[in-house]
Amino acid sequence: MTATLDATPEVGAVPSFEVTLKVMRYLPSDDGSTPVPHWDEFRVQAHGTDRVLDALHKVKWEQDGSLTFRRSCAHGVCGSDAMRINGRNRLACKTLLKDLDPSKPITVEPIKGLPVVKDLVVDMEPFFASYREIMPFLVTTGTEPTKERRQSAEQRERFDDTTKCILCAACTSSCPVFWTDGQYFGPAAIVNAHRFIFDSRDEGGAQRLEILNDKEGVWRCRTTFNCTEACPRGIEITKAIQEVKRAMITRAF
Amino acid sequence: MQTHQYDVVIVGAGGAGMRAALESSTRVRTAVISKLYPTRSHTGAAQGGMCAALANVEEDNWEWHTFDTVKGGDYLVDQDAAEVMAKEAIDAVLDLEKMGLPFNRTPEGKIDQRRFGGHTRNHGEAAVRRSCYAADRTGHMILQTLYQQCVKNDVEFFNEFYVLDLLVDHDLAAGHVPDGEEVNVSGVVAYELATGEIHVFRAKSVVLATGGAGKIFKTTSNAHTLTGDGMALAYRRGIPLEDMEFFQFHPTGLAGLGILLSEAARGEGGILRNAQGERFMERYAPTIKDLAPRDIVARSMANEVREGRGAGPNKDYVLLDLTHLEPAHIDAKLPDITEFARTYLGVEPYTEPVPVYPTAHYAMGGVPTNIEGEVLRNSTDVIRGLYAAGEVACVSVHGSNRLGTNSLLDINVFGKRAGISAAQYAAGAQWVDIPENPAATVEAELETIRTRGDGERVADIRRALQETMDANAQVFRTEESLEQALSDLKALRKRFAAVSVQDKSRTFNTDLLEAVELGFLLDIAETVVVGALNRKESRGGHFREDYPDRDDKSYMQHTMAYRRPLAAKGHRLWGSDSDGDRKGSFAHTTVFDDYQVVLGSKPVTVTRYQPMERKY
Repeated sequence: MTATLDATPEVGAVPSFEVTLKVMRYLPSDDGSTPVPHWDEFRVQAHGTDRVLDALHKVKWEQDGSLTFRRSCAHGVCGSDAMRINGRNRLACKTLLKDLDPSKPITVEPIKGLPVVKDLVVDMEPFFASYREIMPFLVTTGTEPTKERRQSAEQRERFDDTTKCILCAACTSSCPVFWTDGQYFGPAAIVNAHRFIFDSRDEGGAQRLEILNDKEGVWRCRTTFNCTEACPRGIEITKAIQEVKRAMITRAF
Repeated sequence: MQTHQYDVVIVGAGGAGMRAALESSTRVRTAVISKLYPTRSHTGAAQGGMCAALANVEEDNWEWHTFDTVKGGDYLVDQDAAEVMAKEAIDAVLDLEKMGLPFNRTPEGKIDQRRFGGHTRNHGEAAVRRSCYAADRTGHMILQTLYQQCVKNDVEFFNEFYVLDLLVDHDLAAGHVPDGEEVNVSGVVAYELATGEIHVFRAKSVVLATGGAGKIFKTTSNAHTLTGDGMALAYRRGIPLEDMEFFQFHPTGLAGLGILLSEAARGEGGILRNAQGERFMERYAPTIKDLAPRDIVARSMANEVREGRGAGPNKDYVLLDLTHLEPAHIDAKLPDITEFARTYLGVEPYTEPVPVYPTAHYAMGGVPTNIEGEVLRNSTDVIRGLYAAGEVACVSVHGSNRLGTNSLLDINVFGKRAGISAAQYAAGAQWVDIPENPAATVEAELETIRTRGDGERVADIRRALQETMDANAQVFRTEESLEQALSDLKALRKRFAAVSVQDKSRTFNTDLLEAVELGFLLDIAETVVVGALNRKESRGGHFREDYPDRDDKSYMQHTMAYRRPLAAKGHRLWGSDSDGDRKGSFAHTTVFDDYQVVLGSKPVTVTRYQPMERKY
């Protein structure tokens, strides 16, 4: 299965081609002086099924080892490599180069609204702090049943969409409200609140709604749909936020 | 350098690590050290389900599950451990449900179950619906649910900290430690990625839960971060690694990419076909066909390709056919994997078969433990305070071939057990002194690599390693191919001695960490190849074309691989010590430049099931 430059392309593939990556660099030095953000350009040879992550790896492994980014699973389920690619938040491992118009330079920047640590790596702690605040766990009272709690297929379906979240922050860091106000809980935290509020087994909905009724809560959402567009898991985030808003008014969930 | 002190330190925050943490943190002061944010762990990539004989949809019981596990592992399974796992599976699933895991449901609202490879009714009669699942995202749901519970319980995490050394009071790799001598763990040394600072964690108990090592191969379903760290840390301290030659190749990786397509695709009715459209598994496993265990399916696929019946322009893959399934059924049960086919290969599974080929998936072997999760330093003695669970460990419930879904089960059952054992031990144990300058070795190694001028590139050595492993130690192996792999590994080890990195900074230096991880990969690959060379039989995931039959008389034993100093440096190899066999099929020594790898054996625990021929 070894792929080489001259090999016949795999099924569904396009032939190899060259691309230019234009990457926003931010390289702190050990002496503590403030680094100057700047663009670096790299030329790489890409194959038909290569993703932006493959191109970044090629740069790191063959040209400049200091290029820094997070990654792990490389197929869109771990949520490590959300970045801004051609101005849009996406996972580098799910974005195929051939889908990006390789004739123009592909710009790659860190996601916005979180402090940059180095190159494409941001400090995720504020993001996870918001997540932790919305009580992202099942809340129940009374004695536990000996077997499983019953839940109908329809009840299970009710919150299916928001269980898909991988906490990559693509949504939260695409939100203009979050950019200007870092205190805003952000879409991802609300998505995870939604996942429990609409779970028939959960009894913590009222508390979560109280938390999200805060001035930095759901009411800051301006329904721009950036989050929905950015979500690599295809979650209808804006809809979920609307449902949480509605639940807050009607107290029905 | 900073120093911390905890009763229990858990290394790794995937399913096993977090399940252990949920037990340990309520009992004693616990820290979890993870090189990733916990939700990035590869447990999240598991898809198809977690088996337990709940009998929610048809008759089932845990004894059948035990039998399937033993037979699936080609009788190299320790049957006491398999029995524990199959029995405790039921509570493990119910525990997760009570924690909030959103399982798919039956019409009555119970946890739904589906078929999976090698799981059968009444000792092999027919496939049984045993796998509890949440679409094809079961691992994702488990990882999220366990992390949610850790948030609820305020578990203390050190994220993006790389553990680079295991502290013990006797280094078994450095010199002679007689049998019976007490060996204690005293902590770990970790590197903080964000700052480059070294942290020493003093602990009474350490739980290794670092996952697998799939990156020794080129084509793999594993994450970039699965570099066998925990296994290598133990191995470098002279703790044996068990059954490393048994590596599972998952039949259905996306061709050319290795991305996993769950066995659930076949559990839901998907069929493997060759270029002629033939359902070839009917020839290899007439009873359960496409739902035969993974080693058999992977080998059958590779054989179809080898005999010229592969599909595609290069005839180098087979096809996974879902086109006869209703699109609505596919969307409900297999949404993620069908999206992978669309995204990465541009194939529409509703109407076109998906190109697939085996991909390196799972290490059956690992750090040997007993059923309490205690790490063994030979066939019988434990290292006091050291525990392991999940893919890093070998307990051994998977034997020579793991059944699908049993890994998610393993992490839950044995993660929980290891967490409880570690906490109970720590509650009663005294502090063990840590060595003077505990971080000296790690600091020296990191500084050497970081400051070295021009040298070998990490990526070049790693690529060469992965290529030789794919070419010579994959689904089909021979004496010749394995000797080639061994000689390549020896050469790569020499090159690794001159490895250098371009990033010289201390902030978030992933270039440096990739070099360290490459060192781990080389260690793990050597144990795989040496074990495979010595095992002159075919069993489960280890197939020797020159010895195609199972040989219970000579090889129904676990392999134990010990790293020991060269004889010239005073290791009393053949004294009364039980590390390493002096005669028999496992007496085997491989000399490297600075050390030797000594093999030994460990008996397989057989309780109810005598080995039989394995047919499906």
